[in-house]
Amino acid sequence: MAYLLKGVSVLGAAPTDLLIKDGVISDKTDKDAVVIDAAGLVALPGLVDVHTHLREPGREDAETVETGSRAAALGGYTAVCAMANTSPVADTAGVVEQVWRLGREAGLVDVQPIGAVTVGLAGKQLAELGAMADSAATVRIFSDDGFCVADPKLMRRALEYVKAFDGVIAQHAEEPRLTEGAQMHEGEVSTRLGLTGWPAVAEEAIIARDVLLAEHVGSRLHVCHVSTAGSVEVLRQAKARGVRVTAEVTPHHLLLTDELAAGYDPVFKVNPPLRTSSDVMALRQALRDGVIDVVATDHAPHAVQDKECEWSYARPGMLGLETALPIVLSVFGEQWDLIADRMSIAPARIAGLDGHGGDLTKAGTPANLTLVDPSASWVVDPSGLASRSRNTPYAGMTLPGRIVATFLRGEATVLDGKAVK
Amino acid sequence: MIKHLRSAADLDAATATLILDTAAEMAALSGREVKKLPALRGRTVVNLFYEDSTRTRISFEAAAKRLSADVINFSAKGSSVSKGESLKDTALTLQAMGADAVVIRHSASGAPHRLANWVEGSVVNAGDGTHEHPTQALLDAYTMRSRLGRLDGLKVAIVGDVLHSRVARSNVLLLTTLGAQVTVVGPPTLIPLEVGAALSDKTQVSYDLDAVLPESDVVMMLRVQTERMQDSYFPSAREYSRRYGLDVPRLKRLPEHAIVMHPGPMNRGMEIAPEVADSPRSTIVEQVANGVSVRMAVLYLLLGGK
Repeated sequence: MAYLLKGVSVLGAAPTDLLIKDGVISDKTDKDAVVIDAAGLVALPGLVDVHTHLREPGREDAETVETGSRAAALGGYTAVCAMANTSPVADTAGVVEQVWRLGREAGLVDVQPIGAVTVGLAGKQLAELGAMADSAATVRIFSDDGFCVADPKLMRRALEYVKAFDGVIAQHAEEPRLTEGAQMHEGEVSTRLGLTGWPAVAEEAIIARDVLLAEHVGSRLHVCHVSTAGSVEVLRQAKARGVRVTAEVTPHHLLLTDELAAGYDPVFKVNPPLRTSSDVMALRQALRDGVIDVVATDHAPHAVQDKECEWSYARPGMLGLETALPIVLSVFGEQWDLIADRMSIAPARIAGLDGHGGDLTKAGTPANLTLVDPSASWVVDPSGLASRSRNTPYAGMTLPGRIVATFLRGEATVLDGKAVK
Repeated sequence: MIKHLRSAADLDAATATLILDTAAEMAALSGREVKKLPALRGRTVVNLFYEDSTRTRISFEAAAKRLSADVINFSAKGSSVSKGESLKDTALTLQAMGADAVVIRHSASGAPHRLANWVEGSVVNAGDGTHEHPTQALLDAYTMRSRLGRLDGLKVAIVGDVLHSRVARSNVLLLTTLGAQVTVVGPPTLIPLEVGAALSDKTQVSYDLDAVLPESDVVMMLRVQTERMQDSYFPSAREYSRRYGLDVPRLKRLPEHAIVMHPGPMNRGMEIAPEVADSPRSTIVEQVANGVSVRMAVLYLLLGGK
């Protein structure tokens, strides 16, 4: 089906008409095209998330590939990278192919599986990285996310090994000995609340080590969910030296602070933890400067019982897919080029997802895009989210920017703000 | 009056003073032949204890019973808790039984805050994880006031494992609210980060017990768990004891009027020498007795007893 977007503003430019036909942006005409009145709407290349937890297989009570895909499409995403910490762990070609196939069947976004670095995420032995790379899922990002690849020798080997197929190791930077029992950011608030601290240095020390390792072996490193001002400085220096490192920041680390732990509501428990306002400011600046390359959601659905309990017993993580763009809009305003780069173009490049993050002004670009109404605002209602879980930290907040439509290879996945399936 | 007592920060100076004054009235009653007051007749107080603490539970139980409340003891052992029932479901059960107050002891910091979301009655924190133990701070303040006649301007040293101590947190908050000057003392590994900013900017920090003692009106020794040694907070019990234990020579460095406190249970010979614990300056047994009066006052005021 063809769509004609009437009066759409591509990345904030003057209104124009955009024809989507045969799966691409077209410079032809089609009088049978479905006309969408896009006056006042902004077209962005479809968002790409390099860090999503879809929970399937294993915790289908929290999320499935299908429900997570729907949440993604409604959030303006056309591709998500599914983390490996499922049950069983995505550490074999069989599991990554299963996730990949489930994504295709859901058909709402491209689901690109991430493979585990080590067998069972146990940090002892490399998983069959090559087999996952060669599988139908063509895995390029490998991560033990949830756990740090703490052993320096193993990390070095992983970084080296994936060079053979242009892979990248996405590190969850957390020195485990420094975070035993950790519950929240170590600082003033953790002292007041009597919760065991997660010191910033536990992240910074691993990033510092890993950029040196990546430099030494000439490999690509990606740093997951950077959360501290100190990490930003380590990355800034590494990038200045030419180390092949990329980094992501989550929407919640761009907005929320550790003060939110004060009521002990575990909806604010996340790993890495919410940090201080000076960290938040440093992360925002790093994203503007490009020291941090992308916004990634770390969408982490959890069943009700895993959050409706004592803080220390709760699982860490928050929903992110349906609120990411509105949060970024609320923080940075309508800086469409910045948003398109950090939420679509750069993540597509890091993940090697050709066809995503393309130039919407060029005919022939795959029609992966989303339409945003920047003037609309909405109130986050957990029960109104498409995710199977409800653990959003933004409940009751009024956010700017409503996703009106999303297209995956020319087919609508979201129309009038509703998922088509 | 406040509804819950989850943190010593819930108390402003006037409220805290009211509790201490009420506790003094309660203490006067305990000298009478009939110790019981009808104030909370027909009200139900639940002691919900997820951690073993016989002394604190008995203290709350005695307090509630002296006010004629019905007391239900609900302990983690031999109850549905050990079958894995969630705090929320336990709370809903207590709610259905009509608990007017729930006294909770829990190993997780913040459990009383969570509980208060799910019950309509008052929640009293009887110690949560490494967070707070506000009634202990109240009884400590009560003890200091009865021994030394005032709290305002009093110099109090809190010595030991401040990092893991709920007693220390509550005491710093309450004592500074009441005008005392608190210094926390211990090895740097056991002093939490930004303790001043976190609790009260009037709090001072020292790593040198000998320097602090001559200036102190009150020395409060905290229990130090020997497990901390395994986690490299300090090299050995012996070294800890030498540097931060209160022994007889150190006792002599204190001003003559100064008192020695300990929330118990003590490690005799570790943070406190037996001679010190048993000396006339020690208020350790008094603290236990005062605990009942203070907890009576808390329950009485929170439940609006008449």
